[in-house]
Amino acid sequence: MLSIKNLSVSVESKAILSGLSLEVPAGEVHAIMGPNGAGKSTLSYTLAGKPGYEVTGGSATLDGVDLLSLDPSARAAQGVFLSFQYPLEIPGVPAITFLRTAMNAQRKARGETDISAPDFLRLVRAKAAALKMDFDMLKRALNVGFSGGEKKRMEILQMSVLSPRLAILDETDSGLDIDALRIVSEGVNALRASDRSMLVITHYQRLLDYIRPDRVHVLSAGRIVASGGPELALELEAEGYDKYVRAAA
Amino acid sequence: MAAVQQTSEQVLELERYKHGFITDIDQEFAPKGLSEDTVRFISAKKGEPDWMLDWRLEAYRRWLALDEPDWARVNFPKIDYQDAYYYAAPKDKVGPDSLDEVDPELLAVYEKLGIPLKEQEFLAGVKGSAKYAVDAVFDSVSVVTTFKKELAAVGVIFCSMSEAIREHPELVRQYLGSVVPVSDNYFACLNSAVFSDGSFVYVPPGVRCPMELSTYFRINAAESGQFERTLIIADKAAYVSYLEGCTAPMRDENQLHAAVVELVLLDDAEIKYSTVQNWYPGDKDGKGGIYNFVTKRADCRGDRSKVSWTQVETGSAITWKYPSCVLRGEGSSGEFYSIAITNNHQQADTGTKMIHLGANTRSRIIAKGISAGHSTSTYRGLVSAHPKAKGARNFTQCDSLLIGKSCAAHTTPYIEARNASAKFEHEATTTRLSDDQLFYAMQRGLSQEEAVQLLVNGFVKDVLQELPMEFAVEAQKLVAISLEGSVG
Repeated sequence: MLSIKNLSVSVESKAILSGLSLEVPAGEVHAIMGPNGAGKSTLSYTLAGKPGYEVTGGSATLDGVDLLSLDPSARAAQGVFLSFQYPLEIPGVPAITFLRTAMNAQRKARGETDISAPDFLRLVRAKAAALKMDFDMLKRALNVGFSGGEKKRMEILQMSVLSPRLAILDETDSGLDIDALRIVSEGVNALRASDRSMLVITHYQRLLDYIRPDRVHVLSAGRIVASGGPELALELEAEGYDKYVRAAA
Repeated sequence: MAAVQQTSEQVLELERYKHGFITDIDQEFAPKGLSEDTVRFISAKKGEPDWMLDWRLEAYRRWLALDEPDWARVNFPKIDYQDAYYYAAPKDKVGPDSLDEVDPELLAVYEKLGIPLKEQEFLAGVKGSAKYAVDAVFDSVSVVTTFKKELAAVGVIFCSMSEAIREHPELVRQYLGSVVPVSDNYFACLNSAVFSDGSFVYVPPGVRCPMELSTYFRINAAESGQFERTLIIADKAAYVSYLEGCTAPMRDENQLHAAVVELVLLDDAEIKYSTVQNWYPGDKDGKGGIYNFVTKRADCRGDRSKVSWTQVETGSAITWKYPSCVLRGEGSSGEFYSIAITNNHQQADTGTKMIHLGANTRSRIIAKGISAGHSTSTYRGLVSAHPKAKGARNFTQCDSLLIGKSCAAHTTPYIEARNASAKFEHEATTTRLSDDQLFYAMQRGLSQEEAVQLLVNGFVKDVLQELPMEFAVEAQKLVAISLEGSVG
């Protein structure tokens, strides 16, 4: 379970999150919605440990482990996965090599041995097929020359191979056409599991037609200002964020 | 506390340069300094014929009239050429007939460096592991050359330069200095006067050399320079792949390494020449290290001949080196693949020259420079097409990667096209290792060091894949070690 208590974060001395609290039990999918500039991406970067995001107060734990004191790779080994809004290009490194290096690095950090090459290939082939991805794409340099949809699909593939306990999806729907959105969402839905918490960050309700959240939270001015069931997302779609922006101000 | 930290840093430093040990072995030196007497001493030590001594003396006299070049983007205090030894050799018998006669101490050195000199280790070796013959040069002399008999059976001559001068004078006289003339440049001229050993290869017409050849250069003695001379001749339709490696102990003073490598290619010949250069780079404050001032040139005299230089340059305090191709034969081609890594206070000014003289000659340059710490890396290259080089083509790609904020990368390409049908393409990029890429990789579980390694390996991939398999793995490790501690 992800447990965030009273989290405050500054970027370049400017307060972005101020006293954010949130709990995502294992097995649940929670959506974070909010207007631009509310701090949605700051929340995901802070949980993943991006340098430059300075925690000024509060805590964040995953199954009781303090995430904030760990460096990004140690958080990954603890099971934190961030699907990036803008996945980075890694020239010269085939996606399959990247993924295998990542997997073995995590295993090493957890005191496990490397996965064997045949086992790894079998695993990746199965996951790629489930996402309707051409395996040849994995031989190309990671994300280099990929379309927006291909990049997002590659993020979901990485997520399903690395099998995290906390999956954070940052604006996964941005840049996706409707077919890609459906495939990516199916991939995410397939990853719902009783031992996994998922945090879906999105600006639009559209994604939530495909990924049905257990809870919806509204983030405005750096904190959660409203929480509810899936119907809250529909209300936001109809009425906009104005009410919450004003309430938070 | 400070002392503890200092000690652990020193230990780290030791770990970083694994070849930094000094071997205590009885050695014989020429008197310190450089004069005609020094030249005569070296020539006499090697029992050389008069023509060789005259050649050396002529070089020495010309050298006196030359000035050290100052156009490279490197800085170092003036070298006192009188304050060094120009000849250092293990006292034992030189040029043993078999491995059994080699000083076990010397064999131990190469074992420690991971260089297999024992032929039976190959013969009994793991199935599938490629066999390669080694010429081991220790300070000024070649201590052993392996697999000579097996090579001789197909007509390939692979021996030390000293032996070649004695045993194959006709070949040496015909080709030595024919690619890099005696007074080509200051350091080549110095080398011509005092070179002590190196490797000699002759591959007869139509022969494909049955194994990789390699020379392993080791500087051991203090205050000495190494001046090796390598000459490789690929006769008509011959093929050879050759690799050189280099290491030296860690010493506080700078040591000079001024080598000359000449490659001769006749019609349809092919030479693949790879270098993994790991001379001691100096400590993290820039103290000590090798000055690597080297002249390497290939002469594609024959039609359709093909030469390929691949270099991984990670060592040396200063590198000054431009492996070049003279594309004289019609339809001949030259390639240059380079990875140059500088860290701490290292300086590298390296690149290539592609001189298109013949019609329809082609060349390709892929140069990857990586700078970290306070280092400076310069790519300097020349591509020229002469009036007769109709249809000459070149493709050049120079990429620089910067790690950290205190390093610098420069690209200085010279392009001269003296006929209208030449087609030259030049691409260049400079990028900084991005924090966002590092974070992305770390978010997936890679440590910072692993993330840097992965990104850098991606950057140099085009060049690594040109190296012979075993050395590509070695080079990849070397790249990682060279950049340890360069981030954060």
